Formats: sequence, C-alpha cells, structure tokens
Amino acid sequence: MSGHSTYETLRHFADSWGLAAMVVTFLVLGLWPFRPGAREDNEAAANMIFKGDDNGE
Amino acid sequence: MHEGGNELMESLVSRAGLWFVALLLAIFMFANAVDTGFAIHMAVFGLAALAGLVISLTKSNYKVLATSGAPPPDQSRYDDDLVRSGVILTTFWGCVGFLVGLYIALQLAFPALNLGLEYTTFGRLRPLHTSAVIFAFGGTALITTSFYIVQRTCRARLALPGLARFVFWGYQLFIVLAATGYLLGVTQSKEYAEPEWYVDLWLTLVWVAYLAVFVLTIMKRKEPHIYVANWFFLSFIITVALLHLVNNATVPVSLFGSKSYPVWAGVQGALVQWWYGHNAVGFFLTAGFLAMMYYFVPKQAERPVYSYRLSILHFWSLIFLYIWAGPHHLHYTALPDWAQTLGMVFSVMLWMPSWGGMINGLMTLNGAWDKVRTDPIIRMMVLSLAFYGMSTFEGPMMSIKSVNSLSHYTDWTIGHVHSGALGWNGMITFAALYYLTPRLWNRTRMYSQRMINWHFWLATLGIVFYASAMWVTGIMEGLMWREYGADGYLVNSFAETVAAKFPMYLLRAFGGVLYLSGALIMAFNVWQTIAGNLRQEQPLRQAAYDPNADRPLVAAPAE
Repeated sequence: MSGHSTYETLRHFADSWGLAAMVVTFLVLGLWPFRPGAREDNEAAANMIFKGDDNGE
Repeated sequence: MHEGGNELMESLVSRAGLWFVALLLAIFMFANAVDTGFAIHMAVFGLAALAGLVISLTKSNYKVLATSGAPPPDQSRYDDDLVRSGVILTTFWGCVGFLVGLYIALQLAFPALNLGLEYTTFGRLRPLHTSAVIFAFGGTALITTSFYIVQRTCRARLALPGLARFVFWGYQLFIVLAATGYLLGVTQSKEYAEPEWYVDLWLTLVWVAYLAVFVLTIMKRKEPHIYVANWFFLSFIITVALLHLVNNATVPVSLFGSKSYPVWAGVQGALVQWWYGHNAVGFFLTAGFLAMMYYFVPKQAERPVYSYRLSILHFWSLIFLYIWAGPHHLHYTALPDWAQTLGMVFSVMLWMPSWGGMINGLMTLNGAWDKVRTDPIIRMMVLSLAFYGMSTFEGPMMSIKSVNSLSHYTDWTIGHVHSGALGWNGMITFAALYYLTPRLWNRTRMYSQRMINWHFWLATLGIVFYASAMWVTGIMEGLMWREYGADGYLVNSFAETVAAKFPMYLLRAFGGVLYLSGALIMAFNVWQTIAGNLRQEQPLRQAAYDPNADRPLVAAPAE
C-alpha cells in the first residue's frame, strides 16, 4: 500500500466508522449514570467520602 | 534469623545495590560528559543516588532485621508522611514560582533587570517561572493530594510505600534538574516541555512508578465504587504519560551530552508540540485539579457533590473533547485549514462540560451558602470555581479564528493563562493546603483564620490587577499591530507597541506583588500551624453583643 493510500484509508475510517464508534462510546459512558435505577448508586457514591472521617487515627 | 528477616535483608541489599549502580553510572556519565550542563546534571544525579544509598543503608533497623523482621506497616492507618512533606514543598515551590514570576514581570518593564548575565536573562528565567509554578507547585500539589485522596476514598493504606517515596522524591529531583537546566541553557525549546532527553527519561521512570502506586492502591480499595476524584487523577496520570512520551521523542546528539533533536519536524512537530501543550493544560492543570475540587469542596462544605452523575458526564466529556483542542494554538500557520477548524470547534464544544463542572462545584454549596461569609476556605473554593468558569469561557472564545487573529501573540494570551492559573489552580491549591495542614499535624484549626482571609483578598486583588492589565495591553497591541494607513504601510513599529505597554506592565507587576504577599502570608500561617501555635483572634463573624445594654430597664429617678 502506498503512503498516499494509507493516508486515504485511515482518514476515511476516521471520518466514518471511527467517528461513529467514538460518539457511541462517549454517549454510553456519559449517559450510563443517568440510566433509571442508578439514583441510589449515585447517592451512595457521592456520600462515600464522609464515611470514617477519622484521618486514620 | 527468621524467614521474614531474610527476605528483608535481601530487599535491603538489592535496594542499596541499585543505588550503588546508579551512583557508578552517574560518575561514568559525568566523567565522559561533552558539555558543562550535562556534567553538572550528572553530578546532581550522582548526589541523589548517594543520598538514596545512604538513606537505604542507615534507615534500616538491623537489630529488628536480625531477630524477627521489621513489623509490617499498620494497615489500619493512612500513610501520610509524603503528604506532610508535600504540603511543605508545595508551599515552598509556590513562593519560589511566584517570586520568579514577579521578577520576570519587572524585567519586561525594566530590561536592566536582566543584569547583563546569560543566566538571568528573561529567556532563561521565563521557563524557570512557568515550570516552577506548573510542575513544581502544581505537580507537587497533585502528587500530594492524590496520595491523600486516593487513600481516603479507597479507605486503604497507600500501596507500595517504597515506590511511593521514589515517586515523590524522584519528582523533586526532576524539578531540580529542570530548574538548573534552564539557568544553564539546557533546553529543547518546546514550551512546557523544555527539559532535555535524559531528564525526560527520568520523569518517565518516575511517572510509571506513580501510575503503579496509584493503580495498586485503587486495587486494594475497601469501597466497591471508585470515587470520581480518582477517575480524574487516573486520567491525569495516564494522559500525561502519553503526551510526555510522544512529544519528547528526540534523538540525542551524544549519549554524554545534553543536546537532542526532535523526531518530528516542521508543522508535524508544531502540531505534536501543541497537542502536548494544550493537553498539559487539559489533563495536568484541569483534570488533576478537578480531582482536588471533587474531593475538597464537598468535604469543606460538608455536603456531597451537587450531582454525582453530572460529575461523570463532566469527566467523559473532558476526556473525549480536550484531546482534539490543541490545533487552536496554530491558527493561520502552515497547519492544514481543516485541522485548525477541528481544533477551534472542539475548543468551543469544551465550554459546555467545563461550565457543567463549574456549576456542579458551585451548586454543592446549595443550602450552605452562608459558609461563603464565614469560612475563608470555602470563599477561596468559590473564587477558584468562578475563575475555572471564566477562563473556560475565555479560552473557547479566543480559539475562534477571528478572535484569535487579534489575540494571538499578544499579552491577552498571557492574561488568559494567568486567570486560569492564578485563579483556578492557585486558589483551589491554597484551599487544599489550608484544608490539609491542620488535619495532617493534628491541630484544631489553622494558626489564623483571619490570615486566610487576608490571603484571599490579596490574591483576588492581585488577579484582578493582573488580568485586567493584560486584557488592556493585549487588545491594544493586537490593534496596533494590525493598524495600517491609507497607503498600506503598517502604522506602528514593534518598538512603539512595546513602549505603549509600559504602564500596564507596571500594573501587572503590582498584581504580582499582591499575589506573592498573599502566598507569603500562607507560608507563615502553615509554618505556625505546624509549629503548633494558635493565634488568639476574633472569629470572622459573630452577632453583636453589648454587656452594658444586657440588663432590665428600670425607671430613672427624676433629677
């Protein structure tokens, strides 16, 4: 494969399937904590830093 | 000798042996050095290896070793020795970095301050300033707070304590090598990546060890969930490793000399440099400090973060968007137009998650807004978030090509960087130091709450002077550069624009004086707190009380 066609192949992959895969990955990861039923997990995670606040003494 | 003792003895011998080999290597490199800078740096390496050798030989308790083996560290206590050293060193590097910044600000106003020596020219002191504040002050703060936070949020003692010490002190050695290198003229001339190839290799070693300590601590966690602050720290560690390796791909001229040449040339080199440069802002100065924000703001406000799921969305948006924003540093250059537009579009999109994060931080105070009035640490955090919001609005705006054609290469850029660095990074770090110091040394509070308040106002006023002076002078010089007369000639010479900036340079330096004084007050406050003193002072707010008026009303006899 010549240098030019490598470039062409990669850039076409980048602006089609590559782009689509990244957008889908991003949406799934970003929206995951918004799924129904995650409220309790979110609350537990947010409050976890207040457990056992004795500085290890 | 028991089996445990045997193992310890072996690890002691192999550790000391490692230091000894490092010492011999440094001496060998020193003896063959082809330039002075390299020789001095190998001497520094040698001294560090000698220190490591002496410490590993003297600190070991041979008596314990010979009988039953040293007791394992108490896993029910957090390992905070490094965090304590880190609080002191962060304070120290902050003062050094701000002082050098003030000096170079004065050099721009009064060139005589270059002193006619190569070592003290603006060109050598400027990277000293930027690295001192970003990598020494900011980097030490990040390593320190990450070691503190990862233990608390995982409820587990730090993994690999020996390697953690190597990370901490190895990073300090990197700072010393970088700083002395700039003064000696050892530089690869890449912004925020100035250290030469052998210092880069050293940092790579330290950074891989940092990743190991952090990940292994997370793996031994007692909490099922990994708290979001650790996500930000982890992305900061991994991405900085990646950026550092790619941008510093260079070929040294000699294995015994400091000079190297980059693998990438021309516009590819420029793109790699600003892919690195902007993600250093995105993952070092943003993701890492957001980790501090997501832990210390809820802790100080004593309220959980406003929306945990927003913090996750904030995280993934930053990860997916920041990495593309670098090309906005190369508008109107040889970089292909589509790449410039790509950088601009992603920078503008970044505005959204940044403000999501700012709102998330600020709304954490919902229901506790009175603390802004009574708690100067909360006040610092609020200002820090406000500046995070302000500079993440200003940045996307400046990345728009038409705005950039005015702002680029002017002092507006310098003002933008400093509103982010002084406002966001500085203030959240100061707040974290004030949070940590009393806890780490078992004091009821900081030596003086009122001094924190003084620090807050001095720093705030300093930023206001700094940023507004740079806005005015930046836009002014941008307009002067592009002004041309009826016959098509440029109206102003470069020297005329420099002369016009003089008053604003003085105002900027004055802002620097204020910001530095605030930091010095903090250093005094931290020192007194560690010494165990408590200043007798009026609390910041209390309801008025007049004992003379606090009595029943009786009828006064007529005169």
